[in-house]
Amino acid sequence: MLPLLLADAAVPEDPAAKFIRLLTVFLLAMWVGFEVITKVPQRLHTPLTSGSNAISGITAVGAIVAAGSVVSVFGTTFGLVAVVFAMINVAGGFVVTWRMLQMFNPKKK
Amino acid sequence: MSSQAWINLAYLAAAMLFIVAFKLMSGPRTAVRGIFLGAAGMAIAIVAALFEAPIREAVAARGSWPIGMLLVAGGIGAAIGATMALRYPMTGMPQMVALLNGFGGAASAFVAAAELWNKPVVARLAEEADKATPAALAAVGDLAPWTQFSIATALAGLIGAVTFCGSLVAFGKLEELPRFKKPWTDPNRHWINLGLAVLAVALVAGIAARPESFLLFLLLVIAAGALGITLTLPIGGADMPVVICLLNSYSGLAAAAAGFVIDNSVLVIAGSLVGASGLILTAIMCQAMNRSLVGVLFGGLGTTAAVSGDDVYEGKIKSAGAEEIAMILEGADRVVIVPGYGLAVAQAQHAVRELADALEKRGTTVEYAIHPVAGRMPGHMNVLLAEADVPYEKLREMDDINPTFPETDVAIVIGANDVVNPAARNDPSSPIAGMPILDVDKARTVVVVKRSLSPGFAGIPNPLFAADNTLMYFADGKKAILDLTAALQQS
Repeated sequence: MLPLLLADAAVPEDPAAKFIRLLTVFLLAMWVGFEVITKVPQRLHTPLTSGSNAISGITAVGAIVAAGSVVSVFGTTFGLVAVVFAMINVAGGFVVTWRMLQMFNPKKK
Repeated sequence: MSSQAWINLAYLAAAMLFIVAFKLMSGPRTAVRGIFLGAAGMAIAIVAALFEAPIREAVAARGSWPIGMLLVAGGIGAAIGATMALRYPMTGMPQMVALLNGFGGAASAFVAAAELWNKPVVARLAEEADKATPAALAAVGDLAPWTQFSIATALAGLIGAVTFCGSLVAFGKLEELPRFKKPWTDPNRHWINLGLAVLAVALVAGIAARPESFLLFLLLVIAAGALGITLTLPIGGADMPVVICLLNSYSGLAAAAAGFVIDNSVLVIAGSLVGASGLILTAIMCQAMNRSLVGVLFGGLGTTAAVSGDDVYEGKIKSAGAEEIAMILEGADRVVIVPGYGLAVAQAQHAVRELADALEKRGTTVEYAIHPVAGRMPGHMNVLLAEADVPYEKLREMDDINPTFPETDVAIVIGANDVVNPAARNDPSSPIAGMPILDVDKARTVVVVKRSLSPGFAGIPNPLFAADNTLMYFADGKKAILDLTAALQQS
């Protein structure tokens, strides 16, 4: 119990423990992904591809933190390039998917 | 609750929204809602990221310009992405998706580069203890053994660079840029790939041992980029759907690796969802071709056709013109249209829709049979036909429509070849033996619209063309269909 009680924000997490924590999240999310995505019908595979492509732009979050912490010139520059690229991916991906789905659901005239 | 707790809660909400978004992808109507929820999740995650501790500290120390800088960069990226997505013609979707995917991969590699550069700087700041900020102190703790951080960073750089360069090559191939017209078939390519892969793994190990050396990371990115190119170059034509799915999966895995680098669970969750989605689609595509992933990536089709076209076709080909085929269509109750990549090349989707309208006006039932790997990306034919306002319900999947071919009066094959080749079913020695096909040969009459008898991607003759119930209609796909519609309307 003692180590647990002492666990405090000031005491950094053991890196191995951190790795396993993230690995847990990774594997569980993969599992959820497999379960959910096998139910997508073939006809929607293109929007699925472009939609998941947009979601892979989540790396924007990492880019924002890397650039916005302004720690070093190079780090900030790389981070800003990453922000631009990730946002191209995000915006482009969602808009393309939306356009495709509009075609599958033509407006009633 | 601390502000970090609020941020994490926002990330959790974003992750849940992503999962719901994928869940809603199961139907065309719910999918629209899904895509908005996904976008909402993304917006929540991005706004939350702007409140992360390192950024708040930067703002406290330097004023609000770091935020302004981020908003400008993000705005530029979003504007470029949205413009590209709105302007690009719907028929170019496969290459558009490939290109966007490449940007995602590159972004993850750049995040890794930035973190690798920043980490030692943060550590040095922390050493000057009195000046150190609490965040920097926490970072020192992380530093103690660097291994996890540096391996994750190296992997994000590796996968990101492979994704970026591979996607650019895929884009070039799909856009049919002259340089990428012919697949690269150098017999030494496997050794080159192996060499680059070994080099990349060695560099990952090197970075794990010496994370402070940025040069190693740079070399890794170059080697991985080259690997992305040499892995994608040999893959051609009909195998492109597999490549698109695989690259899509990689971009997700790169994002997940970046999540390990910055210890952020929303990156890990979103990245692994995308990784899973890409892997599933890859498996489906491979199954639909009855080939292994290794075979697609490294094998090529390998076999040289033992049967020459002349033996199969000689004296057995019956060709017909628009009027003759229109007459047959007049008497048909049920017509099934089988599109292939050639339909996309000829841009004949609107013409096909008009033909279907003309037939339906006469009381004929018209449906479309879609093979899972028809086209250059998963679901390509569906998007193409949806663009021409073909109702979603009329696009039928292979297993669903195959039993109905014996009751079909006319099957019209447009620009498809290998996916309707009965040799896959009948000839165990065929290179495509065992590949699931559309059983169009079981229809009463088969009309094949094609420019010539040239073989498809598999490079083998198609006995369907020589079958007794097949009529060849030699013409450009679009013109053929327009002529056919005109002939049908005149009668």
